[in-house]
This record gives sequence, structure tokens and C-alpha cells, in this order.
Amino acid sequence: MSCCAPGAETALDLASSISVLPSSQEVRLASRSLGGDLHQSDLSVPTVHCAACIQSIERALGKLDRVEAVRVNLSTKRVAIRWRGNEVPPFVAALGRLGYEAHLFEPETGEKDKTLSELIRAVGVAGFAAGNIMLLSMSVWSGAEGATRDLFHWVSALIAIPALAFAGGIYFRSAWNALRHGRMNMDVPIAVGVSLAYAMSLYETINHGDHAYFDASVSLLFFLLIGRTLDHVMRERARTAVNGLSRLAARGAIVLRDDGTRDYRPVGEIEPGMQLLIAAGERIPVDGKVIRGSSDLDCSLVSGESTPRTVATGETVQAGTHNLTGPLTVEATAAAKDSFLAEMVRLMEAAEGGRAHYRRIADRVSALYAPVVHLTAFLTFLGWMAATGDWHRAVTSAIAVLIITCPCALGLAVPIVQVVAARRLFESGVMVKDGSAMERLAAIDTAVFDKTGTLTLGQPRLVNASSVDPAMLAIAAEMAAHSRHPHSNAIATFAGFASQPKLEAVSEHPGFGIEATARGSTWRLGRRGWAGWKARTGGESRYGGTVLTKDGIIVASFVFKDALRPDARAAIEQLNNARVSVEMLSGDTGAACGEVATTLGIHHFVPALLPSGKVKYIESLAKDGHKVLMVGDGLNDTPALGAAHVSIAPATAADVGRKAADFVFLHESLSAVSLALDVSRKAGQLIRQNIAIAIVYNAIAVPIAILGQVTPLIAAIAMSASSLLVIGNASRLQGFVPDVPRRTAPPDSRSHTGTLTQPS
Amino acid sequence: MTILVYLIPVALLLGGLGLSGFLWALRSGQYEDLDGAAERILIDRDERPER
Repeated sequence: MSCCAPGAETALDLASSISVLPSSQEVRLASRSLGGDLHQSDLSVPTVHCAACIQSIERALGKLDRVEAVRVNLSTKRVAIRWRGNEVPPFVAALGRLGYEAHLFEPETGEKDKTLSELIRAVGVAGFAAGNIMLLSMSVWSGAEGATRDLFHWVSALIAIPALAFAGGIYFRSAWNALRHGRMNMDVPIAVGVSLAYAMSLYETINHGDHAYFDASVSLLFFLLIGRTLDHVMRERARTAVNGLSRLAARGAIVLRDDGTRDYRPVGEIEPGMQLLIAAGERIPVDGKVIRGSSDLDCSLVSGESTPRTVATGETVQAGTHNLTGPLTVEATAAAKDSFLAEMVRLMEAAEGGRAHYRRIADRVSALYAPVVHLTAFLTFLGWMAATGDWHRAVTSAIAVLIITCPCALGLAVPIVQVVAARRLFESGVMVKDGSAMERLAAIDTAVFDKTGTLTLGQPRLVNASSVDPAMLAIAAEMAAHSRHPHSNAIATFAGFASQPKLEAVSEHPGFGIEATARGSTWRLGRRGWAGWKARTGGESRYGGTVLTKDGIIVASFVFKDALRPDARAAIEQLNNARVSVEMLSGDTGAACGEVATTLGIHHFVPALLPSGKVKYIESLAKDGHKVLMVGDGLNDTPALGAAHVSIAPATAADVGRKAADFVFLHESLSAVSLALDVSRKAGQLIRQNIAIAIVYNAIAVPIAILGQVTPLIAAIAMSASSLLVIGNASRLQGFVPDVPRRTAPPDSRSHTGTLTQPS
Repeated sequence: MTILVYLIPVALLLGGLGLSGFLWALRSGQYEDLDGAAERILIDRDERPER
């Protein structure tokens, strides 16, 4: 990216090396028709982040033929392109030339956006009503009397109606929904308090009474709606960021018909028996059998094996694996709905974890709180009836109790803390997708990690670069740049250290390696047995035995190792210090697991597990009363992610895994896991403090209400004061620095203050 | 006190104008890209391609 300062790119740069640009058929399949021959395509462009990016993208794409309009959305890091005709304009390539990698993403259902705009509209209406009613109430409190006071009350009553109907509707519906299912949530006392306050004020107004609580009922709704909206905005941002990650599963494949024609079909239409052409770099869409060609398959997402598998004619391939080196013709043996991926989704749905039975803190508190409050109000009514016999006085006092205890502070206590915490994590590249996730994470006592792709990066790194002759390394790097094989990628990163002879006739031999000629000699980079045909050493070492040969004589050999994620050891230590026992489950061999476990100081691991085995293991832990955190990335981890109490996935995880996980972290470093735990625990602590503050407030205010001494002025002051206290306490989390040895994260160059996430 | 008869409607009308302005802005998508809007002021209008 030429336009931006180094370091400005914050996140999402991790997956770039393994993602594949979408083909034009895929783009076409994902586009929406806008009527006529007008189409709209939405692409995710994670690296756009400044005005110059917006400008260069919009200008370059706008110049393309048949492109009608281009609009970059910087908040969601997406670009919307409207185009005409049947052929897709080459905008992905154009973006690539500019240096932006674009990919398709899972389209959202419109439902969530509707909730958000309904919430914002409700905040607008409630804010308008609260402001105006408060103005009128002020003049009543400062001494308006008689007909003027009645007029002000009547106007307030009128303004409150749309606010209650529109903004209050959200709470009434939610409360009704809870009551109908025999549950109790925070919205029940809110709905009861607000509607009773309005009813009593209306009665008072009709009878020319002194006190009306219109301001209390509407400003209560306003405050609570702000909290709810912020909560929603935060989660929506996290979800958008996760959705914008590149899709790893294939969207479709080129089907080879019997008459030789080829056409691109979406995955859902592929049936057993069809012949599919899979080019190098594409993912296998369905389970199948190779009928032509040979290649290397990256199975790390599917099975957890880190070394690529060589396939040849007659062998079976699994959906979700990544074809690395050669084109394959595959005969589908299962439809998408019967393939490995669908099987994993089914297993995940069957393994219903602790989250389904989890009850949010707020709901648990309100289940205790609401009956107590309603009982107090009822006793107040009985007490005043017995003492004075004046039923009007008794009803007024009872309703005053309900108004003063209406859980404004309590309703804000949880969401405000979670908004601040989620924002704190968002800035560190950890996306929180679910509000209850942080509550569940704070309670864990066991953390279970997958190995390949989670504790390790899932990509081999060259470990003996220093002992290889630099001239040979340079040639190998030059050759390796022509291949997608992970070993080649690892070697190619060492390019450019020495001048090298120009390579000619570079060709890749799937399953074996790369061949090139330079200055009359033949160079080969690849398997020992193939490349070193004159050598008699034989025997392949554990990590594949990749060598560089000149005319069949070995001149350099390379040793690879699946590199650990940065900070993996520190993160595990942090977890141990936080009294969380760490375990490792893997589909890989015992030897590979043992090595990783020793390096990281993990005492307990189980190798060679099938996906269902991981689920069983987690379920048995849960049965023993443990609260389990699952961290995993592969398709084979997905059921386990669903079964665990709470789950975290890296951005490089399989699509379904990212969707199933409660947290997704975008950076490479594993310290995200301990950071998420730290912040969640701190948030849990603040939530409990906030609830305590709200209860103390009630303990002081309720006796005043029981004695019938509450005026609307006192109610307004008490309510706002307690809400401000709760919000102020929550914002202490903003400056919270966890005691994690963080690497220097790139500073977030953009300020977020323009967004709705700052409570005010 | 007759002044209230038109002052209150005027106050409400102005408030209502603000509210409808907000709802209009919301509907026309002005809150969809807050970060982008902040950055776009840096782009010179003359250089913008015709759209």
C-alpha cells in the first residue's frame, strides 16, 4: 500500500498469504441483481483505511467499462460496485493492481440491520420526548401552578405517547415474551414501572394533581435505549469484521460435462458423479475421488495435519482441503449436504454446549430483583391502607416505589460494562460476537487448545536457513516463488539476499517439486527421492526431506517446522497464572503433539483425535463440572467449539468455525486469548460492582418512597445520578491495561471517537 | 399566559424538525459509514471521478 504510513495497517493482514482471489464466476454468483442488467457486487477490502485509499479505489474502478458506481465504506471496509451486462468487469484484478486484496464475504441477512435502525430511531424519538418533557417539568418544579401546570402536564402526556408506543414497544415486547415463557428478565420491571408511572401521571393530570412522572418514565426509556443501542452497535461491528474475513470454503466449482462443455455451478448444485475441475489454489468443494492429475493438498483445516498430503489418481479428497500445486479432475462422491463440512455442522448442532442453558447475569439478577420490588410496592400499598385508609395515597406511594426502583442503573449496569470491554478488545483485534460470551469466559477453569493452526500457525517455517549456503538459498527462493506449496512459501520468504543466475523453464511437478534450468544445468527443489536422483542417501527425514539439487546432486537441504504462534508460551503461562488448566487436543500424531506440548509447557494432551472424540472429551470435562474454553481453528474443531462453554477462533479458522466461535481474534499473536480472559474477568468484576451500586442506591431511595416523600424532582435526580455513577464506573475499564506481556501492537491510527461507542 | 399558546407549539415544532431531520439522515444512509465520512473531507472534489 503506497498511500499509507507503515504500521497503519492494523489487523486482518494475517490471512493474506493463504487466501485466494475470487474468480469472476464466483463474483458473478455472489452479485445481486438490481433489476434489468444492473448488478451489485459487494467485496470486502480489509486493507482500505484512509482517504487516499478511498479515492484511488473509487477512481480506478470507476474508469472500468460497464461499472456504473463505486462506493467504498470505510467503517465496514467494503466496496459496493454496480455494474451492467453479463460479464463481470475485472474489478478484483483492478483492485489487485492497486495493491488491495479483495474477497467475497458471507452476505448478511437483513434482519440485524433492521434491529439497529429500529433502536436508533427509538433513541431519537425517546430523546426528543425526554428533552421536551424535561423542559416542561422544569417549569412545573420551579413553580408553575394551576391552569399552567395542568397545561404543561397535558402537553407532556401527549409527547410521551409516541415515545412509549415506539421506544417503549421494544421493552414491552421483550417483557411480554419473557413472561409468556415463564421467565423473568430485566425488561419486566422496566415495562411495569414505565407504564404504571404513565398511568398514574395521567390520572393525576385529569384530577389536577401536583405530581406527574412523565419525565421519569420517558427519560428512563431514553437512558436504557442508549445502553441497548451501544451494546448492539458494538456487537454489530465485531460481527461485520468477522463476516468480512475472506471466505475459505469454495462457493462453487467448474463442472465438466460429458459433452466437454464446462460451466461454473454453485456448491449446492453439485451432485455425486459430476466431474469437477479444481485448479491449483482452489479449495475442494465436495468429497470426491481424483480421476486425473496429481497434486499436494493442504489438509490442515480439515484434519489438523500440518504436512501437506500428496494425492494421485484414484485417491479420495475431502471437502474443504486446499489444492496447492497441480490441477485435478475430481469426481464428486457426495453432494455438499452429505460432505465432511456438512457432517461437522451437524455434529456441532448436536453438541449443544453450556451456552444454551446459560442465563445472563442480568436475567439472574432480575429474577431475584423484580419479585422483591413488586412485593415491596404491594406491602407499601397495604401499609398505607392500614395506616390511613386513604386509597389514593396508598396507590401513589406504591407506584412511587415502583418508579424509584425501576432498574435504570441496573438495566445499564451490565450492557455499559460490556460495551466498554468489547471496545477495548476490538481495539486489540479481538472480536466479541455475543454479549454473554464475556460472562461465560470469565467463569472458565479449563482451556482446551487445538494444535495445528491454533497453537501453531499451521504453516511451516524454514528453521535451518542460517546453515544453508546463501547462494543456494537465493536460487531455492527464486524457484520457490513459483509454487503455492507451503514449503515453497517458507523458502520464498528468503528471496533477494544474493544475486542469482536467471532461471529458465520453471515447471512444477505436483507431488514432487519444482524444476528449472539455469546456465545449462538442471535445478530441482523438492522431495529428496525425486530431486536428488543421483544421490543414494534415500530415506526421508521427518519433515519431508526437501532438498535443492543441481543436476541431480544435492546442494542444500531444508528443514521445516510448523512455527508456534507468537506469544504462545507467554499466553499459556498467563492462563496458568489465572488458575486455568491448559490442555491440548489434536488430530495430529502423538510425536508432533508431544514436541509442541513440551515447548509450551502443556502437561496434558490427547493426540490423534477424531472430531467426535474432541466433542466427547469436552463433554466429559463439562460433566465433571468444569467450564471449558475451546480454542480451535479447523473444520475438525468446529463441533468442539460448539460443545464448549465458550469458544475462541483465530481469523484464519474455517468459515463455520469462525461463525460458531464466541470470540475471533485477528492478530497472529496468541496473547489475544489471555487478553480476552483478563478483560472478561475485569468486566465481570465491574458488573458486580455496578449491580452493588444499583442496589445500594435502591436501599437508600426505597425507604423515602415507602414513606411517600418522593416527588418527581427527587425521582429524576436520583435516577440520573445512579445511572451516571454506573456509567462512570464502567468507563474505568477503558484505561485498563492487562498484565499481559504484550508485543508492541501497531498503534491504531484512526480515532474511533466519531462512532457511537463512547458513552456520554 | 396566552404567550404559551403559541410558544409551546413553536418549541415542539422546532424539536420535531430536529427529530425528523435525524430520522431523514438515518434513512438516507448517512450513518452507515462514519469513518469514511470523516476521511472523505480530505478528498478534493475536483479530482473526484464523475459518477
